Amino acid sequence: MSADHLPEHPDFLWRNPEPKSSYDAVIVGGGGHGLATAYFLAKNHGMTNIAVLEKGWLAGGNMARNTTIIRSNYLWDESAAIYEHALKLWEILPEELEYDFLFSQRGVMNLAHTLGDVRESVRRVGANKLNGVDAEWLDPQQVKELCPILNISDNIRYPVMGATYQPRAGIAKHDHVAWAFARKCDELGVDIIQNCEVTGFLKEGNRVVGVKTSQGTIHTEKVGLAAAGHSSVLAEMAGFRLPIQSHPLQALVSELHEPVHPTVVMSNHVHVYVSQAHKGELVMGAGVDSYNGYGQRGSFHVIEHQMAAAVELFPIFARAHVLRTWGGIVDTTMDASPIIGTTPVENMFVNCGWGTGGFKGTPAAGLTFAHTIATGAPHELNKPFALERFETGALIDEHGAAAVAH
Amino acid sequence: MLLISCPNCGPRDETEFHYGGQAHVAYPESPDALTDRQWAEYLFYRDNTKGAFAERWVHSTGCRQWFNMLRDTVSYDIQAIYKMGEPRPDVNTTAATTPEGAKK
Repeated sequence: MSADHLPEHPDFLWRNPEPKSSYDAVIVGGGGHGLATAYFLAKNHGMTNIAVLEKGWLAGGNMARNTTIIRSNYLWDESAAIYEHALKLWEILPEELEYDFLFSQRGVMNLAHTLGDVRESVRRVGANKLNGVDAEWLDPQQVKELCPILNISDNIRYPVMGATYQPRAGIAKHDHVAWAFARKCDELGVDIIQNCEVTGFLKEGNRVVGVKTSQGTIHTEKVGLAAAGHSSVLAEMAGFRLPIQSHPLQALVSELHEPVHPTVVMSNHVHVYVSQAHKGELVMGAGVDSYNGYGQRGSFHVIEHQMAAAVELFPIFARAHVLRTWGGIVDTTMDASPIIGTTPVENMFVNCGWGTGGFKGTPAAGLTFAHTIATGAPHELNKPFALERFETGALIDEHGAAAVAH
Repeated sequence: MLLISCPNCGPRDETEFHYGGQAHVAYPESPDALTDRQWAEYLFYRDNTKGAFAERWVHSTGCRQWFNMLRDTVSYDIQAIYKMGEPRPDVNTTAATTPEGAKK
């Protein structure tokens, strides 16, 4: 955990080609999910005549705006399966991509502050174990041993009554994850096209046959949407609706500190989550703004609320300075679970709705979405996450494990 | 933070209010007749407009009354506030810009 272990800053890890007039598949969105999808399309399905279109710069949206936490301690079988698969991929990806993005399995604690929290947490530990996800229940003393700077006294407003702990969970350097995927995609022949905004779609009947962009029209047989907060804007262009609401979600970092925080601590109830970056910044996540928004910033009162919680739990943070705040646009669904699958438009597929949890799911999102795009059918892992669940009622209600209320 | 002009109490900080989502979503007239698709539309599908959006708010810590608001979801400019039951006003929207400065 020191600066001299950081990977070299990349120079030119991918080409910046002009878009060709046609591709076998076009992925809209050059964030982690879009890049991972292109990687698995090339690696697992041999589709290399493909393009990733990014309206801004590579991985400059939510991929650059999250708090980098990776865990798989979700409640329901469907979620545990996909997030645990993602975690297993995280464990092997640095070697596979030949790029060390500093995946640090330092463990994640989810604190419980009320009897209701305790019951729900113990239940989740049981569910996790049944699903082969590593999980433990810790009492306040064990919490303190793992993270000595946490205040476990019982005279605060919401005392720590224990925590769930997932030892294999952790953090990774998000920028380096994106660059690692982009570099491999490029090696495999994928065209990564930045500053290329999608402005419309070409359709023949109900089948998509091309994409209109700020760099001209691109013909393609298949389109995969992986644009997070802007998924419903794209869907509207293509002529269908998504059950998505976009909200700003913000986070912040302090200036650099000596290593003081050895793990990741999250609290749903008082709402703050904290880890210490490899360089030494305290990285803290806040809540979403309650209202719909596309402005990449969050409200000040949300940060105020988050800081109050942080200082009560970590008294030594009281004199730390905020260095930088930022916001991303998260695409939330009513059941706090993602949508990965087919759409009402033929040959158009969507990966969205990851809400506040998209980063940790990146490899599994890419793997299953690539499978769906290549074969036209869902992978076993993303079958339950189809758009149809809002009609059938087979929802996957993960509000409890989503960590950010939305 | 938004400064919201409650129609009953006047301008107050956003923290006094709660958000109620898209406005003008009517209850189904004949619930028995709805298909699963129509139920899904009613329960889970809402507009997610980038630009002028009509939404409901309640002044929770004030008069506790609901009202409607027309707000730009990019610039957060509040364009109109009007009573429940009134139609969405026809407001000339200002040209909002994204944080990158591009026209939306």
